[in-house]
Amino acid sequence: MATGEFAGHIPHAHAAPQSFIRKWVFSLDHKVIGLQYYFLALTAVFVGMFLSLLMRIHLVWPGVSLPLIGDIKPETYLSLLTMHGTIMVFFVLTTAPQGGFGNYFLPIQIGAADMAFPVLNMLSFWVTFVAFLVLIAAFFVAGGAPLHGWTGYPPLSALQSAGPGEGLGADLWVISIALFCIGALMSALNFITTTLDMRAKGMSMMRMPLTCWAWFITAILGLLAFGVLFSAGILLLLDRNAGTSFFVPLVTVNGTMAAHKGGSPLLWQHLFWFFGHPEVYIAILPAMGLCSQLVSVFSRKPIFGYKAMVYAMLSIGILGFMVWGHHMFMSGISPYTAFGMSVMTMAIGVPSAIKTFNWIGTLWGGKIRFTPPMLFAIGFVSLFVTGGISGPFLAQPVLDIPLHETFFVIAHFHLIMGVASIFGIFAATYYWFPKMFGRMMNERMARLHFWFSFVGTYAIFMPMHYTGMAALLRRYSQYTELAYMHSLAPLNKFITYAAFITIAGQFIFLFNLFWSMKRGEKANDNPWEATTLEWTTATPPPHDNFGGLTPVVYNGPYEYSVPGAPQDYLMQTDAATKAVGH
Amino acid sequence: MQESTSTVSLGHREDSWHGELNFDSRLRRARLGLVIGLIGVLMIFISFTSAYIVRQGLPTFDPATNTLVRDWFSVRLPNLLFLNTIVLLLSTGSMELARRRTLRDAKSADAALSADSRIPWLASTVLLGLSFLVGQWTVWRELAASGFYISTNPSSSFAYLLTGMHGAHLLGGIFALLAAGAVTLVRRPIEFRAVLVDIVGWYWHFMTVLWVYILCLLELAR
Repeated sequence: MATGEFAGHIPHAHAAPQSFIRKWVFSLDHKVIGLQYYFLALTAVFVGMFLSLLMRIHLVWPGVSLPLIGDIKPETYLSLLTMHGTIMVFFVLTTAPQGGFGNYFLPIQIGAADMAFPVLNMLSFWVTFVAFLVLIAAFFVAGGAPLHGWTGYPPLSALQSAGPGEGLGADLWVISIALFCIGALMSALNFITTTLDMRAKGMSMMRMPLTCWAWFITAILGLLAFGVLFSAGILLLLDRNAGTSFFVPLVTVNGTMAAHKGGSPLLWQHLFWFFGHPEVYIAILPAMGLCSQLVSVFSRKPIFGYKAMVYAMLSIGILGFMVWGHHMFMSGISPYTAFGMSVMTMAIGVPSAIKTFNWIGTLWGGKIRFTPPMLFAIGFVSLFVTGGISGPFLAQPVLDIPLHETFFVIAHFHLIMGVASIFGIFAATYYWFPKMFGRMMNERMARLHFWFSFVGTYAIFMPMHYTGMAALLRRYSQYTELAYMHSLAPLNKFITYAAFITIAGQFIFLFNLFWSMKRGEKANDNPWEATTLEWTTATPPPHDNFGGLTPVVYNGPYEYSVPGAPQDYLMQTDAATKAVGH
Repeated sequence: MQESTSTVSLGHREDSWHGELNFDSRLRRARLGLVIGLIGVLMIFISFTSAYIVRQGLPTFDPATNTLVRDWFSVRLPNLLFLNTIVLLLSTGSMELARRRTLRDAKSADAALSADSRIPWLASTVLLGLSFLVGQWTVWRELAASGFYISTNPSSSFAYLLTGMHGAHLLGGIFALLAAGAVTLVRRPIEFRAVLVDIVGWYWHFMTVLWVYILCLLELAR
């Protein structure tokens, strides 16, 4: 039942579908599409996690033969890391926060009945889904999956004869990425148009929840970045199959001169990282927006510095396009360029610090409710700080050069981009599950899951900083024969054991997710006593989100502990705001 | 303390609300979506341009002389490309006439009476667009006949790449035009058709401008 201030009856652009196919498969409803993205990402994350476990097993016990899988050869190891990175970056970190929760909640949070272009929305999901299938198919073709890493550096990625997996498997990899880009561009178009053109009456830009700002800025980043990756993918495909030399210099493969000359691997790196660094923010910005929301909701305080948070996210987005060269300090770029990129990278620390300061400022003095979503939001802040603090180290060429090829970098980006973003996904799941499925997730299991994940993450990635500083090289499938690495063996075993335990903890989440859909305690329409529009409507929301009503927005999204208010908060649709002086 | 605000009726934001949008709102939203989509397309061609300029300036190692040499040499573009350009410019004029007529029909009270008046212009745009694509295909054949294949030289690689990618985008426009023609024939509401023809029209104009840019790049930055 909708609560708050509404005006008028508004028909939906498309009728509620009746058949199973139109309702759950080729649905035009943004909520169903959001769930489709979410479950695609859920599938992908377990595949990606399984691959990472195989890598950890191989690193510690390189000679062991695994049931059904057999020996992991060096090239298999490289395939595992390529597919792990690609699946996680594209089909989890990009797909779940934006495609999943963004699709589901952006229209509701701005008071719209759907996305601006529902058919395009459906197409963008299905293109993404096909991209995932194409990628997974690479495991099953002759030669297997590619081994050039998720960054696809040529000439390794551009030459079919460069190694096993670089034949059809690598073609499928490129095609999958290109398809993903098309889906992401269509999605970005939809998000931006929806945000600009479909806000409810009274929902000015500066009354939007920070989640909406985050999805909006993420969509802009996607719009500008995925086109570049798409172009690079087309050039790579031509180098691989049409004999062009965009990226391939004069090079010999296994003693034979390749039929290419004059191309530049650096050109690929520039194009790739022009996409690749904004991609970091595409993954993390939605989590930032969500965690800003959650620290406010569960501290029962308005977010500290709303406008500063918006401008910080915009700054991060803009600066994110000016720093791609910091991934290329090792690649022989001009030291002057490297210096410029280094300074700009350090500058990103400023808006990041503003955000962190404001999160802490919001928590400070709040009546904190340690609910599962809040635990994960605080966990996100912790990981963001821990992972972010090593960013300024790596932003300096003089420090990056010795650290770049080591596990230090693995630790850095897994903490800040990977797991922090995943904590955002978990927080979003626990927070919005009642709205999506009408039931609460089991809190005891959720807390257990949090501690498994939080402690486990630190147990895995903190030691990697030390192994990295001790020069343990990444991308090496086997280090146990190197005498100078023997002293690191216990630490590496510890990391692998921690990975086992942390991954085991994720099955608690998986069980809780499906168990709670059927058996969870019934949720009311606003179980968290939150203020944004999704909590004004029925649980789960009807087909047109507000039961044919138009929400009218009077308040900002974070009106908590409001003096004189009947409760300690004001919904965005409460018309009495001005009566209490806000 | 202020008085409580009164309940606000459906007001100034109604035009941006989802559902039964009026024609102007629907048109504005479609145009906004198109502009955003075109930014994505633009980024693709900006990337190609960037790669073009970088690759053009790169030296390559010549093992015979043990020196760095420049491997880029200019491809002489067939004159047919200029004729194709004229055809595309004509098509964009035809498209504009179709677009304006459709918009006028949508806003006029007797829209149903003139429902099919734009079909000849849509059809001529499709025909001119297809002629352009056939012309581009012929240009490819001429390039191949004179020994320039996609892998012959980086300049020929870019010539094939840029014309091919533009052609693929234009083909998308032709499919959209055919869809617009189809919805006209099945007499979908004039507002629906007008929005479709309008955004396809602007897309088509963008493709024409993009082609002129590509031609200038290939011709002037050889």
